[in-house]
Amino acid sequence: MYRRCDAPAILPGVGLRYVYCMLIELGHFALILAFGVALVQMIVPLVGAHRNNAAMMAVAEPAAITQFLLVGFSFAVLTWAFVTSDFSLKLVYANSHTDKLMIYKISGVWGNHEGSMLLWILILTLFGAVAALFGGGLPARLQARVLAVQASIGVAFLAFILFTSNPFLRLAVPPLNGRDLNPLLQDPGLAFHPPFLYLGYVGLSMSFSFAVAALIEGRVDAAWARWVRPWTLAAWMFLTVGIALGSWWAYYELGWGGFWFWDPVENASFMPWLIAAALLHSAIVVEKREALKSWTILLAILAFGFSLLGTFIVRSGVLTSVHAFANDPARGVLILIILAVFLGGALTLFAARAGAMESKGVFSTVSRESALILNNILLAVSAFVVFIGTVWPLVAELLFDRTLSVGPPFFDAAFTPFMVGLAVILPLGSMLAWKRGTLGRAAKPLGAWLILAVALAGLAFAIQSGHSALGPIGVALGVWVVGGALADLWMRGGRESWALRLTRIRRLPRADWGKAVAHIGMGVTIFGIAAITAWQKEDIRVADIGDRWSVGQFSFQLDEVRQQQGPNYVTTMADMSVWQGDRQLTVLTPEKRFYPVANMPTTEAAIRNGILRDIYVVIGDPQVNGGYAVRVYVKPFANWIWGGAMLMALGGALSLSDRRLRVGAAAPKKMAKAVPAE
Amino acid sequence: MRRLLIILLLVAAPVWAVEPGEMLDDPALEARAREISQGLRCPVCRNESIDESHATLSRELRIVLRERIVAGDTDAQAVDFMVARYGEYVLLRPDARGANLILWLAAPAMLVLSLGVGWATIRRRRTAPAALTDAEQAELDKILEA
Repeated sequence: MYRRCDAPAILPGVGLRYVYCMLIELGHFALILAFGVALVQMIVPLVGAHRNNAAMMAVAEPAAITQFLLVGFSFAVLTWAFVTSDFSLKLVYANSHTDKLMIYKISGVWGNHEGSMLLWILILTLFGAVAALFGGGLPARLQARVLAVQASIGVAFLAFILFTSNPFLRLAVPPLNGRDLNPLLQDPGLAFHPPFLYLGYVGLSMSFSFAVAALIEGRVDAAWARWVRPWTLAAWMFLTVGIALGSWWAYYELGWGGFWFWDPVENASFMPWLIAAALLHSAIVVEKREALKSWTILLAILAFGFSLLGTFIVRSGVLTSVHAFANDPARGVLILIILAVFLGGALTLFAARAGAMESKGVFSTVSRESALILNNILLAVSAFVVFIGTVWPLVAELLFDRTLSVGPPFFDAAFTPFMVGLAVILPLGSMLAWKRGTLGRAAKPLGAWLILAVALAGLAFAIQSGHSALGPIGVALGVWVVGGALADLWMRGGRESWALRLTRIRRLPRADWGKAVAHIGMGVTIFGIAAITAWQKEDIRVADIGDRWSVGQFSFQLDEVRQQQGPNYVTTMADMSVWQGDRQLTVLTPEKRFYPVANMPTTEAAIRNGILRDIYVVIGDPQVNGGYAVRVYVKPFANWIWGGAMLMALGGALSLSDRRLRVGAAAPKKMAKAVPAE
Repeated sequence: MRRLLIILLLVAAPVWAVEPGEMLDDPALEARAREISQGLRCPVCRNESIDESHATLSRELRIVLRERIVAGDTDAQAVDFMVARYGEYVLLRPDARGANLILWLAAPAMLVLSLGVGWATIRRRRTAPAALTDAEQAELDKILEA
């Protein structure tokens, strides 16, 4: 491609060819233009909203769309450069290779600092454009302010990318081939992990923009909550999927089946997830009962604050972790400044204006509102635990001159109680009536489930070997939460015949189904985590070809080990047959790969997935005295962890598709006043 | 870039944490060793315990740890032995001494505080009159005057 640009321009169609070799520069230019558009979109509508000038406010919509189109073009150009392996681009040279599979050439676009920041901005402008296109139902002033705030985030990050992380830098002499993408990242799970996480992170920018716009406006009402909830829901869903993908990737790729490490980078995505979950629940209270307004605004600000903090942690590498692929303090400082300006600015505005957000709803001590306050306290404090654990090594070193680590044992001990508490109150709280509830009435349909939960936990305790309480507690909580969600659905069917009940349940609003499905997912995940942690079996040994040994109820045989050549790696592959009694279940082929260009080995575990258990085998190095090191794991209910997460995301999607929230739907009809039963 | 590569290499080298040759014959002692080593950080890695790390140093530490256990150390003595040599940095579960009290007490304190605020909010909402706020009253007055 580079060469073609040097060719003398004597052929017909010269103009087109000229444009073709200028493509990279056009992409770069589009990005600079987008910065200018964002500047305009930040200032003009805000002034317009202040002066009540319709023409100035009207600038926001086309500006948001233009900004998205410009960034989109720029992103497309960068993707094109990766797809065609244009090594005249420094970024492509550093992160790609001609032998790489096409899907990883494309995922290589965001498998590096500069490209991932461009993806971040692309998603930011995408959300802005969506809000502009489908925000017709919003009051004009609110929409203008929301888009202006959204644009200000765009200005900050476009400046960041243009001045410190420009993906469009050229090399004077393009090399023949690239240095390849980190082989760990050449994986389907990880290829789509960052886009989902970013959709989540950046989606929370919309909630932030709505919160700041509401603060400028000085009013928050049920309608505001109804507009902000879909954005939060969508962001939370994407975060859920992104986190689950990352965890699943770690499970099969890192070679011993760990699924969560409390690594700073994981925590960086987990904190916004927790806060977004709290925000989802508190926004319901604002929408239905016009209470908890200022708290909801604060959560919206904090959720995006944690997203920015996450971006800072990942991009600066200040908290060293397995994930720190970008170690550049200068960039870190800039993101920290952005974080300080946005969070500081929003919180100052909050301090000045929150007092004006008078809540209206009155509720008694025992009510859904109180239960949701408790839910919010547990979620917010658990996010705080993750936060303090994540930054403590930094704080201890700076202030107390102690070099220390905060690892999984701390988080397991300090974080788990909050999730246990949340699971315990969830079924009760979600059954309580709004405004004034009675514990007895809420608890009645749950009695049977409580008995079942305790009985199954006892059964699990009797069956398991050892006296660990973790597994049984997981069983009890899982049954309790899932049963609670089912009982909630069942109660909503009314008190008539079964057939009538089922029809009614089927016709419940999607939001109710979403709530049930998401809560069931939470129960499933809790059970899966407890089960795998308490009951997994591990076996490490040296095995010769033909050796057979048993782990739990399965036996394993190492049949063959051979060398093979992959597209951009060489691999040592083993055939291991898995038996249950005399029946052969399967042959698993664990691999050890070596990527010569990146000079990196990776482990490819072989996994037989099952509903009740995964069988997980890893092949290691040949031993001095012959044979190979082999690891075998039996991991009970592993898939339930991610299955539960997918259910949570599905619940979010169902809720999002509820009529009430559909973006751009006609003005919500007045809710019919419920006639009291008595 | 070179440093990054080396680090990545350390991180991504074949995942051979505990090798068959290192393991103790007595399953009870081996189980204790695994348990302890899961709480000790590999000093040259990023956020990995010596149990899951494949760095050479981790391997050596695992062997030393097992030697201590075979020699009759209690769990606490074995951990102290490591801390004496590599500092509290190797503890993945920081002790609750000195400034670390802040770390351990922050969450419970925050919980108590927010439960207090939450309770106060609930009480206030229970008694709050559903009347107009000052702002609304002012707005209403303005409308009525006009």
